[in-house]
Amino acid sequence: MPTPVKQETLSLAEIRDLLGAEVFYGEDLSVKVGEVGAADLMSDVLNLGKPGMLLLTGLASAQMIRTAAVAGLCGVVLVRGKRPDKSVLALARERKIPILGAPLTMFETAGLIYMALAGR
Amino acid sequence: MDSPEELESVYLVAGRDFINAGRISTAIMDVLKRLGTNPEVVRRVAIASYEAEMNVVMYALRGKISLRVNPRMVTIEVEDEGPGIEDIDLAMKEGYSTATPEMQEMGFGAGMGLPNIMKHADKFEIVSEVSKGTRLFISVNQSA
Repeated sequence: MPTPVKQETLSLAEIRDLLGAEVFYGEDLSVKVGEVGAADLMSDVLNLGKPGMLLLTGLASAQMIRTAAVAGLCGVVLVRGKRPDKSVLALARERKIPILGAPLTMFETAGLIYMALAGR
Repeated sequence: MDSPEELESVYLVAGRDFINAGRISTAIMDVLKRLGTNPEVVRRVAIASYEAEMNVVMYALRGKISLRVNPRMVTIEVEDEGPGIEDIDLAMKEGYSTATPEMQEMGFGAGMGLPNIMKHADKFEIVSEVSKGTRLFISVNQSA
C-alpha cells in the first residue's frame, strides 16, 4: 500500500484523477479544495456548507446545483455513477458550478479524498 | 441601475413546483451581488430565502417573496397561502419535519429549514394561521 502524502489542498483536477472521475462541467479545474462535505439533504448542505467547500452527493438534481450556488460551494461530485441530465448541466453552466462524476460510492469517494487531504 | 442601494422586488412562488424550487433565491442572490452587497450578507440572505422558498414549494399552494434592500439591511418577507403551521415551537425544532419520503428523496425536508433561517438571519419572525398560510419576516444587517 502506498503511503499517502499529506496535502493541505487538492485541485479539482487532482480530485478528478484520484477518483477516476468524469468531468461533466468545469471550466477551471485548478480551483483548490481544502474542505469537503458529503450530504444528500439540501438543508444539511446549507447548514454545514462553507464557502469554497466541495460537495459529494448522490443527488443529481437542479436543486442541488442551486443549493451549491447559494452556499457558495466550489463544485459538486456526483457519486455512484450518477449523471446530470441536460437541464441540470445547463444550470451548472449558468451558475458556474463544476460537476464531476465518480463511479464509487459516497463512502469510497469520501475516503479517497480524506486520505489524500489528511495523509492517513 | 437607477439607485444602487435601495431596491424593492416581489417574486411569485408556485407550490409543488419542485423543478424550479430555488430559482427565486438564486435570482435574489444575483441581484444582491450586482448591488455590491457584502458577500457574507449575500450568502446569509440567499440561504434564508432558499429555505423559505423550499418550504413554500413543499407545503403551500402559492407564495410571494418580497425583497427589500436599503443601506442598513436586507429584508425578505415570505407570505404563503397554504395549510399553515399548527405548532410553531415544534416546527422550529431541528430535525422535526412533516416532509413526505418522496420529498426527502429529492433532498428536501431535513427538518432544518426554519432553524437554518433563524441561524442566518439577524431578525426572524414567523406568524401562521392553520388552513390560511404562513408569513415569515427575515432581515440581515448590511454591516456585521
